[in-house]
Amino acid sequence: MKRTSHLPWSLLVPGLIAVVFLLFPLAALVIKAPWSEMTAEISSPEILNALRVSLVTSVGAALLATALGVPLAYLLARTTFPGRRLVRGLALLPLLLPPVVGGLALLLAFGRRGIAGEWLLDAFGLTLPFSTAGVVVAQTFVAMPFLVLTAEGALNNLDRRYEEAATTMGASRLSVFGHVIVPMILPSLGAGMLLAWARALGEFGATITFAGNLPGVTTSMPVEVYIALQTRPETAIILSLILLVVSLAILVGLRGNWLQHT
Amino acid sequence: MRRRIAAALAAVALLGGCSNASGDGSQRLTVFAAASLTEAFTDLAEAFEDEHPGVEVTLSFAGSPDLAAQIEAGAGAEVFASADEANMERIVEGGLAAGTPEVFAMNGLTIVVEAGNPKGIGSLDDLAVDDLIVSLAAPEVPAGRYAAEIFDAAGIAIEADSYEVDVKAVVARVALGEADAGIVFTTDVAAAGSDVSEVRIPKELNVIGEYPIVVIEDAGELAEEFVRFVLSNAGKVPLRARGFGTP
Repeated sequence: MKRTSHLPWSLLVPGLIAVVFLLFPLAALVIKAPWSEMTAEISSPEILNALRVSLVTSVGAALLATALGVPLAYLLARTTFPGRRLVRGLALLPLLLPPVVGGLALLLAFGRRGIAGEWLLDAFGLTLPFSTAGVVVAQTFVAMPFLVLTAEGALNNLDRRYEEAATTMGASRLSVFGHVIVPMILPSLGAGMLLAWARALGEFGATITFAGNLPGVTTSMPVEVYIALQTRPETAIILSLILLVVSLAILVGLRGNWLQHT
Repeated sequence: MRRRIAAALAAVALLGGCSNASGDGSQRLTVFAAASLTEAFTDLAEAFEDEHPGVEVTLSFAGSPDLAAQIEAGAGAEVFASADEANMERIVEGGLAAGTPEVFAMNGLTIVVEAGNPKGIGSLDDLAVDDLIVSLAAPEVPAGRYAAEIFDAAGIAIEADSYEVDVKAVVARVALGEADAGIVFTTDVAAAGSDVSEVRIPKELNVIGEYPIVVIEDAGELAEEFVRFVLSNAGKVPLRARGFGTP
């Protein structure tokens, strides 16, 4: 049998254009970065504040998304209830929804004059917009689907016999979940948390719409990139570089794990 | 094979070419204007189009520093109308202006509050109350800088709860009820209608911002004509109707 290794030009050329199209803008970011001012710029209060806000909120959002998203994934994978497919679809909606629409929806729900927000204010004196907690809420809203998706995928791939064995030995469903299921899906869970964290870290549209822009409180790195671009492009480029490095590190760290498992 | 590549290249060329071709013989003009000019320039552009059949004016509104940054990045603006001198200066110093900017409008600032003023805000000093949620334009934005100047003049320190990317976003925060008060241009309150109310800032503390306009380098004759129109008596009518002062 003769193998031809001849690549068709009509695939090769657009393929190469795609590579350049994806990588060239990122290379431009690296090339145009103000490397000489890097050390001075990176310790500027704007950047440090944005870093701190982003770190706190994105970790908070990843944890909140895990605490809520994993139980949801369990319900979707291990139980049947009417409208289950609809719930699954809706749980993934924020993946496709424009973030700014998510932000507006959050405002109408949890804003000071929002449907639930008004009650939150009356009952607890709590307002989410313009607060760090509001940033976490916005990020969780957009990041949770990643966790639901990965956790449910892992649950579906899991060999059910382990769970059945534990159940026949008298373990409750909660104990099976905690002692059998979670340890077995831990690698996928870790990947899902990383993805959710990365998505939270990059969140812009929902954040600026719902939580506004207050340096040190709600100004996360992407928001600062947008604001700084108007008058301090160096700051915007440096923050973008940091976000690029983080994204790259996550990609390398996951080594395509996520794509293979789901 | 070769023919297919040619077809693909033709498609790419076509995509690339569609950005500034108008096709049907009509002329296009791209105008970048400060967010506070949204209503006035929408009216102005309509009046200009009425006087120039076949001309289509594309308007882009945003905070002045946002627009200035876009022009610096080559955004294809042919006319720039800024809400302050500082952002216009950026364009002139960057060698991006064709000619000298001219002031075409004036605008004062005011306190915007929720419709009916439920918090009973009576003066600038009332904004310093701790549990009041105050929204301001970012310090880079003209309305934000003017607000800071007004607070300085009044000798009060205001900590805002959010710094918006343009003045219209401040109005939106108050209209939505997320903020109790903000500092915006008087014309913005007029444009928002019954959604918000206004508490006036005393004359001696107020800032009157001047709006300069300029033709951007390499723009066509149409851009010059638009700027002349804005500065003309016919151009002053829509500006005044929206509450702007004119020189």
